[in-house]
Order: sequence, then structure tokens, then C-alpha cells
Amino acid sequence: MAPLFITLFLPLAGSLFLLLLNKDKPKLIKYTAFGFSFVTFVVSLFLLYFFNQNNPNFQLVFEAVWIPSIDAGFRIGLDGMSLLLLLLTTFISTITILSSFGAIEKREKEYYAMILLLQFAMTGVFLALDLLLFFVFWELILIPMYFIIGIWGGKDRIYAAVKFFIFTAVGSLFMLVAIVWLGYYTGTYIIHNSAGFTTNFFVLKSALSNHPIPIEVQRWLFIAFALSFCIKVPVFPLHTWLPDAHTEAPTPGSVVLAGVLLKMGTYGLVRFNLELFPQASIEFAPYIGVLAVIGIIYGALVSMVQTDVKRLVAFSSVSHLGFVVLGIFSMTIEGLQGAIIQMVNHGLTTGMLFLCVGMIYERRHSRDIAEFGGLARVMPAFTVFFGIAMLGSVGLPGLNGFIGEYLTLFGAFKSPVLGSQWYTIVSATGVIFAAIYLLWMFQRVMFGTITNHKNENLKDLNKREWATLIPIVILIVWIGVHPNSFLKISENSTKALVNKLELVKSGNQKNIKVKVSQVKHYSVNKNK
Amino acid sequence: MMGYEIQFILPAILISFFATSAIVIDAILLKNKSVGFYYSIIGLIITIIAAVFSLYKTNVALIPAHHSDRLITKGMLVFSGYAAFFDILFCVAGILTILASKQYLKREYKEINEYYSLILLSIAGMMIIGHANNLLVLFIGIELMSISFYILSGFFRTNARSVEAALKYFLLGAFATGFLLYGMALIYGATGNIDINKATFFMTTVVKAPLILSIGVGLLIIGLSFKVAAFPFHQWAPDVYHGAPTVVAGFMSTAGKAAALLAMVIVIRPLIPQDIEKHELNQIFNGDTIRLIIALISAATMLIGNISALVQKNVKRMLAYSSVAHAGYLLMGIVANNPKGWDGIAFYAVAYMFMQIGAFVIISLLERNNEANLDISDYAGLSRTHPILAATMGIFMFSLTGIPPFAGFIGKYYLFASVIESGYVWLAIIAVIASLISLYFYIGLVISMYFKEPGEKLQETEKGLSYVTLGIASVALIIFGVFPSYIINLSHQCFNLFLF
Repeated sequence: MAPLFITLFLPLAGSLFLLLLNKDKPKLIKYTAFGFSFVTFVVSLFLLYFFNQNNPNFQLVFEAVWIPSIDAGFRIGLDGMSLLLLLLTTFISTITILSSFGAIEKREKEYYAMILLLQFAMTGVFLALDLLLFFVFWELILIPMYFIIGIWGGKDRIYAAVKFFIFTAVGSLFMLVAIVWLGYYTGTYIIHNSAGFTTNFFVLKSALSNHPIPIEVQRWLFIAFALSFCIKVPVFPLHTWLPDAHTEAPTPGSVVLAGVLLKMGTYGLVRFNLELFPQASIEFAPYIGVLAVIGIIYGALVSMVQTDVKRLVAFSSVSHLGFVVLGIFSMTIEGLQGAIIQMVNHGLTTGMLFLCVGMIYERRHSRDIAEFGGLARVMPAFTVFFGIAMLGSVGLPGLNGFIGEYLTLFGAFKSPVLGSQWYTIVSATGVIFAAIYLLWMFQRVMFGTITNHKNENLKDLNKREWATLIPIVILIVWIGVHPNSFLKISENSTKALVNKLELVKSGNQKNIKVKVSQVKHYSVNKNK
Repeated sequence: MMGYEIQFILPAILISFFATSAIVIDAILLKNKSVGFYYSIIGLIITIIAAVFSLYKTNVALIPAHHSDRLITKGMLVFSGYAAFFDILFCVAGILTILASKQYLKREYKEINEYYSLILLSIAGMMIIGHANNLLVLFIGIELMSISFYILSGFFRTNARSVEAALKYFLLGAFATGFLLYGMALIYGATGNIDINKATFFMTTVVKAPLILSIGVGLLIIGLSFKVAAFPFHQWAPDVYHGAPTVVAGFMSTAGKAAALLAMVIVIRPLIPQDIEKHELNQIFNGDTIRLIIALISAATMLIGNISALVQKNVKRMLAYSSVAHAGYLLMGIVANNPKGWDGIAFYAVAYMFMQIGAFVIISLLERNNEANLDISDYAGLSRTHPILAATMGIFMFSLTGIPPFAGFIGKYYLFASVIESGYVWLAIIAVIASLISLYFYIGLVISMYFKEPGEKLQETEKGLSYVTLGIASVALIIFGVFPSYIINLSHQCFNLFLF
């Protein structure tokens, strides 16, 4: 229990502690923030030891009373998927803070307090097992991220920050109505508890698998939840906030946005949409699958024509997360496992690409592809790192991206829910496009002769930058060579979920109708 | 019987005593500018203690559960937990306002001690509203509150805007009072009763209600909607809140609104069926119709308030319009009329009091004579020049928007839950849309404060008691947002023990 608590609350403590420090000592602030984040990361590694991979249920569960009159509790716990994403969060946050040392040059105190607050909220999202608690953490993300983009961002930062805020809030408020409805319905008509209301995830999960919500209502709930999550992922056509937010955010902001924040959307789709609304999920899977495929192709095509490196990487996120969504809605073990590992992969490779772009930007204050060329001559070490990140993103076998894309495509291919092989066939072209736009960009930026004389004297990586990039490279190669050490963490919980979904799919049409009449029975009773 | 009768009514007696004696004391000690201030603060604290005492220290077993047995002063007033809860809220709002007033009045050279006794008088009016069991007593409470507000909004008598606000408020308020009184008269005529409890009992059980009863209830709703500033009777609110002294505007738009809403709860709540089943006893007078009317008023109030606030350049005016919308959110609790709805009203009223008063206090600290420093653009770069003010204003804005972990969110969550429970999902969706609209202008102020570079206009503000108000308000918003159970349990207790 203790490591879970420390992982969750240490960043918050750090954030508050930073407020006490003198703002004129940026060095002290930087190292304190890094210290808090690093210790959190180390502690979170102990969770691997406490976590039993053979158990598909939630583990290290802690429950405390919060608001008893609506049965909302402080309920946290881990399963395989959330453990992987939690580790990704603590890892990326540490890297982010390390990379901020060079990128952030004003108002350090507020900045590092915000980053640690963000880390707290992100950790909370992956741990929360109560819908209200989840929503609180989910919304809490908005405030620090909004300030990070708005204060420390680029030229159009205000526009990007507002767009980010409004897009996210639009989705989440409808999710709030759905949460309330779900809590009321479950509490009053299924479990009949004293509050007549519950947001306890365990209770909802077991209650709704025994008494599924009538499909007509389930559709609306599914849409309300999915809208919020799909905006965050982002799924085409809800992605338009992403390129702006990425382009305007400071480098560490982009890293944390790509590395962790986008995963919250895909995590929510698996955790809530598939678990709570299985019938509606099966019904909607082909449509969301189509959107995912469009996202893959569209993101790749748009990336190809970008002149700004950062924008290119941002659009590539739309494409890469399309694979994740496709894997999730294939509802096969391979697809879901691929999606989970692809979430981690995308966090690592895209995070690293943003770091590399940031390193160029810090040196040249430009991200325009046309400004560069031949950097490999002056920055050999940087070229190697950038190359690894780029190839990982392309999906070169032996590096991490390949595993995720292969598994999701395989899952989609054999998926009975999607029901067509065309999803895989079309998305596979996305992999080819990825190779084209990334390699082409790499060639234009790194190879050839130095055409712009400003690039002649660029310095290669310093020690801090080495320290930022090396851990990511290790993980990229590790996942690529031995993915099983990661896959097996989430394997059992994924299997349990897929079994449940298959059960729902196989001949439950009749069953659902029975449940509808039961529910009507309940409500009739209530009204008498 | 007599023992707790005194105990129940003690807060209202105390506050009336302090309000009237404050004027006398001021007349005796004319020279000392601070005496009214300290006297009223002490008075309010004593009243809060009495109110808390009436809630907690009473032997619960002795208190009769049935409404008619809790009547005091021969059925004119009634003791209910809900009213006691709101007594505390009004006094806290009074303390926050008075703390912030001293500095503000001093700067505006209007440090006159009647100010404090007027605030206390209006609180006495609010308390009488909460305890009323008789339409006439309710009317007296509303008038006592309103007349104090008319004077308070025109308190800066050399300032044209302030005078305009007072006159406008008075004329329109008097007009609305006419509606209110006429409605009460018709209800009396139709039911033969002026006792709220008996009259509403008659209304919900009578088989064939006369038309004048429906007209009477309609007029009553119109009159009360005016006091709450609900659509379509909200037009006075922006002008009055804009022209009134800033601190007073904060007080009027929170405690005043909560009191008017409480009046609405008292009169309309018994008419709305608690369960979802339809009342088909009579055709002309139908509880579900009233529920629908309130729901429509609530929806329109939320939307119109927020849409109008969207285009405001003036911070004070923006908050004035948005306060209209918050009345709409609170009305959702009446529409729902279930335990979550009552908890929601209580909780949201508390949260709203802290955030709205806090926001108005910040405006009062920054504004200067002749309407200076009131535009959103004047707040540019506030986080650089006044980091504390900017941070607290940020908290108030996020809380007003309804972003967790601040208290405003939990209040909205309860209200959403209550209307969904009563089957009004569409109202919850409209409330969500209204919240989204409000997001834009609340965040706009944060943008100005944090993302823009400071202009040259803002001068230093001197530290003073106003910062105490801000500290209390922002800490309360965070604590009640993270641990809402304190308030929820209290309001729950108020209901379970003495339900209306």
C-alpha cells in the first residue's frame, strides 16, 4: 500500500513544497523538483515487486470513505494496464523535468510546481477506481496543462491553451452527466443501496455485467464517455486541438502531452467504455474502427506536408494513436495487448522525438525543416539518438514501434467484432506512410551538406541531454527485443476483459432482452 | 416547549437586536469610526454561535418530528434545520462582507457606520424568510431584506451609478413586491389560509382548484423570480450589481440570492411532488406543471445569464450576469425536490457565497474612483503585479466554472445528480451547456491575469482585512472541494432531523 500512496502523493507534496522555496534560486527549485519526481519513479518501480502478474483483478486496492451520501469513495488500485501506464507516467515525468532545465527560463517556481501537480493528477487518473474520483483527477489535469501551455508556450500560446481547455472540457462535462446517470441508475435500480447512487467502479462493474443497461440507453452513455476520451486521444475528427497544443507548448509540455496525457483517453476507452458498456462497444466498434483507420491515414498524409518539425511529430501522433484505438476496438487479446504496449511505445518514441526537436529548437530557435540540413556533420551523437527515436516511430523490427503496430494490426485482422480485413489492409499502408514522412524529414534535416551557415557551429549533446535520452533508448530497444517482459504484466487483466467481451458477444442478444424487461420491472416497482 | 422555542428563534432575535442597537451605539459614539465594524462582527459571531447551538446542542429526542409541532410564536415562524443551516450561511456571508468593507469604504471616503447596521438588518430579513411559516411573515422578511439592499446599493450617494442602481432596484423591486403581495392575497382568497403549510396542503389536496389560485401561485412565482433574478425578471440584476458598491454587490448576489431562493423553496417545494409519479388529483392545479415551469425558468436563466456574460468587457458586469446564471443552477435543486437536490442547494449556496464574495472583494481591491480598473484588459498581467490576488481570483474563477477540486464542482455534481434522479436529464444537459459557455468568460479573465503582460495602470493595493476574506474564501473552497462531506453531512443532518 505504501508505495502506491507515495507514488500518488509525493508529487503533490513536492508541488506544495516548491511553493515555499525562494523564487530567486532557480537551481535549487530545479533540483528539488527533479528529486521529488525521481524518488517517485524509484518508488513506483517497487510496485512491480508487489504486483502479482498472475492475478487479473485489481490489486493493492485501497478504499476510504469520501462522500458517503453519494457513495463516492477514495478508491485506488492497479491492474496490469494501469501499472504499465503508471510506470510510464512516473518515468516520463522524471524525464520531462530533466528536459525542462534547458527549456524553461522564466518563472521556474510556478512551472515546476505545475509539472508536479500535473504528475499527481495523471497518476490519479490511472489509479482511480471511483468514477467521481476519476473525474476529479481528469479535470485537474486541465489546470496545470492550461497554464503550462499558456504561460511558457510559443507565439500563439493563448489560442492553443484556450482551444485545449475548451475541447477537453466539452467532452468531459457530457461525461459528467453520463457518470451521474450511471451512478443514479445503478444505485437505485440495480444494487438498491441506501444512497441510491454509486460511483464505485467495482460495484458498477459487477452490477452492470449481471444486469446490463438497456442498449438504447447504453448507446448514449457510450457516446458521452467516448466523446470525452476520443477528444483526448485524439480520434479523427476531434483532433484539431492537438497540433496547436503541441506546437505552442514548451518542449517538456509536448513531451508530457504526447507521453502521458493522450494515453488517458485510450486508457479510459478500455477501462470504462469496454468494461461498463460492452454491448454498445461491440455495436460501435466498426464505426470507431473506421474513424481510427481514417485517423491513421489522415495523420500520416498531413504529416507529410508539414514544414514544421514539431507539427509533423504532432500529426504523427494522430496516426499512431489510430493504431491504439483500432487495437482496442478489435476486442481481441492481441489487439488490446498491442494497444497497451503501443500506448507505452508512443509515449517513449514520440516523447523522445519531441525532446530531440526541442534540443534543436533550443540551439537554433527554429523548427522549420527548410532551415536545416546536414546536422549529422556537426551533431553526430544527436543524430544517432534522433535516428533511433525516428526508427522506433516508423516501426522498424527490433525497436518498440514494430511490436505494437504488428499486434494491433494482427488483432484487427482476426477480430470478429470489426468483421472485415479491410481495416488491417488499409491501416497497414499507414505504416508505409510513416516510413515516408519520418525518413524524408530525417533526411532533409540531418543529411546532405550544410546549406544554412547558422547550423555550422551547433554544439552536440551535453551531459544532461545524454542523461535525458539514454534511459528512453534503453527502453525502446528493450521493448523491441524482449516485449514479453512488458506484455506479460498486462496479459492476465487483458485476457479477463476479452473473455468477458466474448461472452457478451456470443449469443447475448436474447439475454439483453431479458434484462431490459427486468429493468422495466424494477422501475415499475420503484414508481409504485 | 418554551425552552427550545427560545432556542430556535434566538439567532433571529440576536441579529435583530444587534442590527438596531448598532444604530444607537453609533449615535452615542459618533467619533469612533471603528465601533460599528467591531460591534457588527461580534454580533454576527454571537449569532452564528447561537445558530450552531440551536442545531447541535438541542436534545434531538425532545424535538417533535412533525412540522405542526415545531411551530413557534403561534404558528408565525417554524424551526427547521434547513433554516438554521442558512442562518449560519447568511452570517458567514455577512462577516466576509464586513471584513472586506472596512478597507473599501475607507478608500472611498464613505466610512459611515449605518452601513454595518444595514448589513445586519438585511441579514435579519433573510433569517425571517428562512423561518417563515406564514405568507405575511415571509413578505416582511423579503421586504426587510430588500429595503436594506435598496439603501445599500445607493450607499455611495454622490456617485451617479450607485444612485441609479438604487433607484432602478427600488422601482423595479417595488413593482415586483406588488406582484408578490397580490399573489399572496389571491392565495389567501382561494385557500382561506395565510399559513404556508395549511395553504399548500389545501392546494395539493383540493380536487378542483379555482382559477384564482393558479393565478395567485403564478404571481407569487413571478415576484420571487424577480428577487432571485431569474429569467425573464433578471434585467435589473446587472445594472444594480454594477452600480452598487462592489462589496455590497458581492453580498447581495450571494446571501440575498440565497435568501430569495430559500423563500422559493419554502413556498414552492410543498407544491412539487417528491416522487416521480404524477399528481392527477386536479386538472387546473398540477404540481408537475409547476415543476416544469421552474425547470424552464432554470434552464432559461442559466443560458441567458451566461450568454449575456459572454460579451461583457467589464468584470463587475460579467460577474453580475453570471450570477444570474448561478441562480439558474440553484433552481435545479427546487426542480428536483429530492434529498440530493436540497443538499445540492445548500452546498452550492455555500460554495457560491465564497467564490462570488471573494471575486467581488478582489474587484473592490483593484478598482479605483471613477470606474477605473474594471475592464478585463485592466487585469492583464495581474499574476506579475499582484500574485496573491491573481492566484485567489484564479481559484474563484475555476470554482465558478465548476472545475474540480474546488467546491463549485461538487455543488454542481449534486445538482446534476438531483435533477437526473427526478427524471429531468434534459435540464442537466442544458446546465452542462451553460457551464461550457461560462467556461469561456471565466477562463478569459484567467488568460488576462496570467498570460498577458502587465499594463501600466494597476497601482499597489494596500494590505488589509480584505485579504482575510480572500484567505477564508479560497481555503474554504479548496477544503470543501476536497472534503465536501463536512457540509453535506451538516445539511443532511438538518434535513433528517427537522425536515422543513
